[in-house]
Amino acid sequence: MEYWNPKVERLSADELKQLQERKLRRLVENAYEYSSFYKKRFAAAGVSPHDIRSLEDIQQLPFTHKTDLRDTYPTGMFSVPQSQIVRFHVSSGTTGVPTVVGYSANDIDVWTTCLARSLTACGLGRGDVVQVAYAYGLFTGGLGLHYGVEEIGAAVLPVGAGTTTRQINLMKDLGTTAIACTPSYLLHIGEVAESMNIDIASQTRLRAGILGAEPWSLESRTRIEQNLGIKAYDIYGTSEMSGPLFTECSAQNGIHAWADHFLIEIVDDYGGPVEEGEKGELVVTTLSKEALPLIRYKMGDITSLVWEECECGRTHPRIMRIQGRVDDMIVVRGVNVFPSQIESVLMQIPEVGDHFQIVVDRAGPMDVMAVKIEVTESTLSDRVGALMQLEERVAKQLRDVLMVNAKVELVERGTLPRSSGKSQKVIDLRQI
Amino acid sequence: MRMVTKKLLKQITLFAENKPGRLASATKILSENGINVRAFTIADSGEFGIIRFVVDDADASLRHLRRAGFSVSETKVIGLEIPDTPGALFEISRALSDNDINIDYAYAYTSATPNKAILILQASDLKKAAGLLTELGFHLIESSP
Repeated sequence: MEYWNPKVERLSADELKQLQERKLRRLVENAYEYSSFYKKRFAAAGVSPHDIRSLEDIQQLPFTHKTDLRDTYPTGMFSVPQSQIVRFHVSSGTTGVPTVVGYSANDIDVWTTCLARSLTACGLGRGDVVQVAYAYGLFTGGLGLHYGVEEIGAAVLPVGAGTTTRQINLMKDLGTTAIACTPSYLLHIGEVAESMNIDIASQTRLRAGILGAEPWSLESRTRIEQNLGIKAYDIYGTSEMSGPLFTECSAQNGIHAWADHFLIEIVDDYGGPVEEGEKGELVVTTLSKEALPLIRYKMGDITSLVWEECECGRTHPRIMRIQGRVDDMIVVRGVNVFPSQIESVLMQIPEVGDHFQIVVDRAGPMDVMAVKIEVTESTLSDRVGALMQLEERVAKQLRDVLMVNAKVELVERGTLPRSSGKSQKVIDLRQI
Repeated sequence: MRMVTKKLLKQITLFAENKPGRLASATKILSENGINVRAFTIADSGEFGIIRFVVDDADASLRHLRRAGFSVSETKVIGLEIPDTPGALFEISRALSDNDINIDYAYAYTSATPNKAILILQASDLKKAAGLLTELGFHLIESSP
């Protein structure tokens, strides 16, 4: 078992929590002193730095949200003078004003160190060729992984968001052993390779995928691993936190969240703590970030946290599979539905292809949900009845899990959207 | 039952969403590649259709349609040369029903051979049907040049 930093990665839970407590106190003091944003927030909530003594005291601090970053655009939440900033990243702003993230030199170091530990936990190191197929530029995925890969002494192949055939040709020619991209893009690469008559499992050296930036189910993982003959590791991290940071280890049972740099809480709908292992919203406090410290930042991701020591020997808590986002939940006839639940059902049915789309609309006063799936060559029957039966069977399995009716529609292969970015899985046509 | 060599015909099965132009774009691919459609039929569910083709070169059709992105597969069917005379269809359907074989779908076209028609059949038990019809002396075709 390889570790990047065995001493830190195997501190006892008590030692980690003591370290977090010390760093939390310092973070709150600094934020109060150097950030007018946090000073005002704390005052409004009636807390001052000396109220925060133990880890539990964090519950007295107010939450922060993405809207705070937007409201203070561009740099109102920064806590260091501009002269200490060595890099900016900017989120795409597809939902409104972009958010700007700044980094001090130390912030970049911490980010890189976190990724070095993570990539090592995925079994990568010197001799590996890691193809970074996340976009480079303002998005954090490309550059973040890039420096992490260099740090562990592996070779980075910075293709970025290149064309898919080029990705495949380079993968083959340069002996790529791991690829970092979104899971849906890797499935797409698999399809394109097939059309190029290239079998990734036998004709390339690819053995690992570092996959994230969109929610994906365990069933999708199984499919990717079987189709491509690789191990598929989940990666987590958002631009506000720095970028991609944490991955699973060889045990593939939860994402190790480096607790010396990040304090993770899981909270319920009302913002209160949940029991360990219970599901709730992920809340992040950055313990080491200087330029843009986040205190109780609500990520919008729904998951659970486990502190139990992992079988890999690492002691840092694990973020379990992301089950969806608070904001991608769709309410259909009063029932909460997550796209990840639908994906999970579909990927268990072998006849269903890799891509799907959910369309929610209104027929009179009633919500109607359609799930579109592609006909694959193995599904395609010359009997209309057989295909209608498939639609009914999928609809029944969806109803059993979702507790709401979904109409299943078969569509022609290659017609549902694929993208190298976050895939567009839900279309809501309801006018409310 | 005595084993009989069963000759089966390749049919191209194409899935198409129910929207205008799908048949036109599929047949355009075939025509551009010099493929002759001998017969075709469309079955639909209201939302999608299954288009079935018998062509002079099944393998090439499959390759070209697949490359053009169509949802397409190959299906085995019975291609039966029958005399273009009264009673032929009755004889076939009675033989199949007497043996508990259900016809799933059928369509036909006129053969190049004078006074002959080609009947395309899909059955609940295709191999049994093919064996039976061969024994009855019908000529099963393997290709449709």
